[in-house]
Amino acid sequence: MGKLERIRKRPLVYLTLIAFMFFSTFPLYWSVVVASMDNSALGRVPPPLVPGSHLFENIKRVFDTVPFGLAMANSLVVSAVITFSVVLFATLAGFAFAKLRFRGRPMLYVAVIVTMMVPTQLGIIPLYLIMAEAQLIDTLYAVIAPSLVSAFGVFFMTQYLSGAVPTELLEAGRADGCTTLRLFWHVVLPIARPAAAVLGMLTFMTAWNDFFWPLVVLTPENPTVQISLSTLASGYITDYALTLTGTALATMPLIVVFALLGKHVISGIMQGAIKG
Amino acid sequence: MRNSLHRFDVKASPYFYISPFFILFGLLGLFPLLYTAWVSLHEWSLLEEARPYIGLENYTELLKDPFFWNALGNTISIWVLSTVPQLILALLLAHVLNSRLRGETFWRTGLLLPNITSVVAVAIIFGQLFSRDYGIVNWILGLFGGGHIDWNAGTATSHVAISAMVIWRWTGYNALIYLAAMQAVPDSMHEAAIIDGASSMQRLRKITIPSIRPTIIFTVIVSTIGGLQILAEPLLFGRGSLTGGSDRQFQTLALYLYENGFGHFDFGYASATAWLMFLIIAFIAAINFLFIRLIRRG
Repeated sequence: MGKLERIRKRPLVYLTLIAFMFFSTFPLYWSVVVASMDNSALGRVPPPLVPGSHLFENIKRVFDTVPFGLAMANSLVVSAVITFSVVLFATLAGFAFAKLRFRGRPMLYVAVIVTMMVPTQLGIIPLYLIMAEAQLIDTLYAVIAPSLVSAFGVFFMTQYLSGAVPTELLEAGRADGCTTLRLFWHVVLPIARPAAAVLGMLTFMTAWNDFFWPLVVLTPENPTVQISLSTLASGYITDYALTLTGTALATMPLIVVFALLGKHVISGIMQGAIKG
Repeated sequence: MRNSLHRFDVKASPYFYISPFFILFGLLGLFPLLYTAWVSLHEWSLLEEARPYIGLENYTELLKDPFFWNALGNTISIWVLSTVPQLILALLLAHVLNSRLRGETFWRTGLLLPNITSVVAVAIIFGQLFSRDYGIVNWILGLFGGGHIDWNAGTATSHVAISAMVIWRWTGYNALIYLAAMQAVPDSMHEAAIIDGASSMQRLRKITIPSIRPTIIFTVIVSTIGGLQILAEPLLFGRGSLTGGSDRQFQTLALYLYENGFGHFDFGYASATAWLMFLIIAFIAAINFLFIRLIRRG
């Protein structure tokens, strides 16, 4: 009763939310519908709105058309390495900015914040020249290298650690003769874990979804998932069933992970926002 | 001895800890961006050995290049069409979310789903939704007596379709950012307004928006920096065509940069495009900032 009453009181709120929810989930649902269709079924009027029976056939066609298994493996390696590196270096730098005193700290921290706004994507030509010089074109190293650190990550960890790590604990450790590295390892790292997990998830998703730079340095024969998708989607005739099957396959792992851990990602985004 | 080691540890450690970030960012972020300016002063083709210095010639050529102006116009058009509705919708959505709700996490998770979907996936899915013959959008328009639109072919229609992708992907994300800021507004302000008989919309306009203005500025600037670099959506909407449609009707600046750099391998010209883009982005971001500050004063 109580529940019903509350809903009835504000039907407009829930109606608005349901409308937004419909629009934000329908395209994803639609990709699954198309992925389970035979191409000929797409021309029907009205369009088919429930999944068909051709999903497995379409999945097989995706794997026959592009090296999708390799693409998945490559994306996994790239995203995992980038995530590890971003979180590690962000936690180290965050610890220094939040809890250590050193000359130039305020200025360097401002530099970190300013770099969050710099459109580094525009440096793509020289970056390509560097990778070509190092003979790294068409390797995963080239994809990974520019994403090894993130200004947002440093900012995020600094904000978190300055509130979460008690300064007295560090001072007590120092008095006992702990080196800075031991303090980092035994005091800071355990406390940093929840924020590191959130940053890790955000970073992983960004890396998994990255497109422009991998497109420049990789080939369709050694792709990441997003490159394979764009290969499927390019050309004069579009095989919608095939293309959207690939899309659904590439998106689903992330959606499952997000459905399970989304709460933490959301709180991470919102925390970053308040302090930003 | 121990003492001096300790002193060294305390003095030097912080620099060791922040150095990976600054070294890697400097080497692979900042340096390439600055080096772009240097490359842009040369006739620099991947296909030729000689790379003569030509001063500002790439720039003067670019300013006479109709394709550049076309791309700039398209970029600004798509940016406005996507950013304005997106931020207004996000504000409304955040306002709705900022009340005692059942299933808070459920709503938030659902609304953020578009944002974890890759740009490539979004562009592909929307390309299908907006396709001429099999698209749901045309089918719905048809129900209301609308004709079959070839969204790809027209300038305005293609801009609308591309903006729809951006709006879909970013509205929920921005709503969460606004929501975070709104939750910092004291409840007492809203309660007092409710007692005075203020409607929900009045509270949004008179209390919420003024209180979260810094956050709004932040999102406007971030969407400007991101929106002016839009590349994947037009690239995939044109099925991989570097020209953004047969008449370049939806080629953006970033796509033109990509076409020059990796279609024609004219690195000098592409770098000049990139550097001009950088200046344009900085300029528009600054104007945004000043404009919003002006409104606040007024």
